[in-house]
Amino acid sequence: MPISASDLIGWLDTLIQGVLLGGLYALFAMGLSLAFGVMRLVNIAHGDLIVLSAFGGVALALGTGWSPYVAFVVVVPAMAALGYALQRVLLNRTLGGDILPPLLVTFGLSIIVQNLLLEMFSADPRSLRAGGFETASVQLGGGIAVGWLPLSVFFAAAAVTLGLELLFGRTRLGRAFRATSDDRVTAELMGIGHRHVFALATAVSFAIAAVAGIFLAFRTTVAPSDGPGYLLYAFEAVIIGGMGSFWGTFGGGVILGVAQAVGFRFDPGWGILVGHLACLAVLLTRPEGLFPRTRD
Amino acid sequence: MSPLLATDGLTAHYGDFQALFGIDFEVGAGEVVAIIGANGAGKSTFLRSVCGLLPVASEQVRLDGEPIGGMPAHRIAARGLAMVPEGRRLFPSLSVEENLLAGAHLRRAGPWSLARAYELFPVLREKRRAYPRTLSGGEQQMAAIGRALMANPRLLICDELSLGLAPVVVKGLYDALTQVVREGLAVIIVEQDVALAQGMSRRLYCFQEGRVSLRGASSAITRAEITRAYFGV
Repeated sequence: MPISASDLIGWLDTLIQGVLLGGLYALFAMGLSLAFGVMRLVNIAHGDLIVLSAFGGVALALGTGWSPYVAFVVVVPAMAALGYALQRVLLNRTLGGDILPPLLVTFGLSIIVQNLLLEMFSADPRSLRAGGFETASVQLGGGIAVGWLPLSVFFAAAAVTLGLELLFGRTRLGRAFRATSDDRVTAELMGIGHRHVFALATAVSFAIAAVAGIFLAFRTTVAPSDGPGYLLYAFEAVIIGGMGSFWGTFGGGVILGVAQAVGFRFDPGWGILVGHLACLAVLLTRPEGLFPRTRD
Repeated sequence: MSPLLATDGLTAHYGDFQALFGIDFEVGAGEVVAIIGANGAGKSTFLRSVCGLLPVASEQVRLDGEPIGGMPAHRIAARGLAMVPEGRRLFPSLSVEENLLAGAHLRRAGPWSLARAYELFPVLREKRRAYPRTLSGGEQQMAAIGRALMANPRLLICDELSLGLAPVVVKGLYDALTQVVREGLAVIIVEQDVALAQGMSRRLYCFQEGRVSLRGASSAITRAEITRAYFGV
């Protein structure tokens, strides 16, 4: 069967939309990957924190009437502060030894966040209106249009990834993150207090979740019970990419996005399923992920 | 004037098990003191207690006369205690240079810098981008000593530097340490090699079953005394 030019363009379009969607999934996954990498903390509430940030942005826009972009300046630092405090007060006590306590505690957090949001905002889906930006697009030729918003999300994800790589590879704090992750006791002997370092890692993780949540609210509607679904995408991106590096997580997000977009092209009901199948295929064939750590 | 570090009747426990039974110990500024003793005599427990890795009563450990017992390890490090831990314990995912920089995390002022550490151990400069697992045992120990010195400590604690290393390598390490000591750094050396410990130190303590079984000037203590204190016969 000959392939027509319009078919090719259609597939190219699917690929581009999938890559851009993958940027959002990479943002979902990055904070999860960071928390696990530094602390071996699997944060079950990560998806709910994304949703919480989205609602934070919505509440701010409704309450003040300011531009919705102000959410980046207000909600991101607020979530970072929340992360620091939560780690210091609660999560640090669950770490060390068994992996079950942090799972249970963050699972509880997930339920608390969902119900608080339900109480405060009702079950109605909400979104942020960005004054036309969310629907504006740029024509690439051949009938392919790329939305400015998905493009912005993708570049934000790349910037966050690059920022994390530089933070971990080049800075004093990054060295402290890696040293503490390697050997908490010896790091303490160097004067690196692990409670503070862990709290800073969680602050960064929550800040990235906030960026993801605000972009999510620009892109689509968000309801209080949506968190676990986003957590699943985040997990899948991390699993596909492998635990080694942030670029690996980024790649995992992109692959998940492309898999979903391809599925959607076959049948609108298949998108999510094909994403899950891609993750499953990686788990079966390369359990360490596609881009595992190669250093040392 | 109070000694740099002193313990006064230090006791330590692992759960119900008592490991130290009233250790009186001191090291003055610029002094080199050795601790010897058989396996299980309490040497490592003593170091862990002093560094803040074991909970002990606050006034049982004093630095400059101030009680520091039971403080978190990172706070004690901030007061100028640095440790070369037994088995080196380098950070495997950090390069040699990053390991050294991690030692300088607290940014205490002092004579030690990357340049000085490389001057002391030139081989580390060649391998600064290498990861610890690719280094020989001796090179790893150099990196561990360098990392501790990078903290610009007032008191350096060396736990079993010679463990698992060839004699010629150990000699090199202790020669380097001798250079450092000449600049007036106080050092506690814990050693299995008694002759080495005696040769390096001004004073010496022998531990036995959680107690000090012998103490004195290193040059004055005889082999017979050490044998008796070591084995308790």
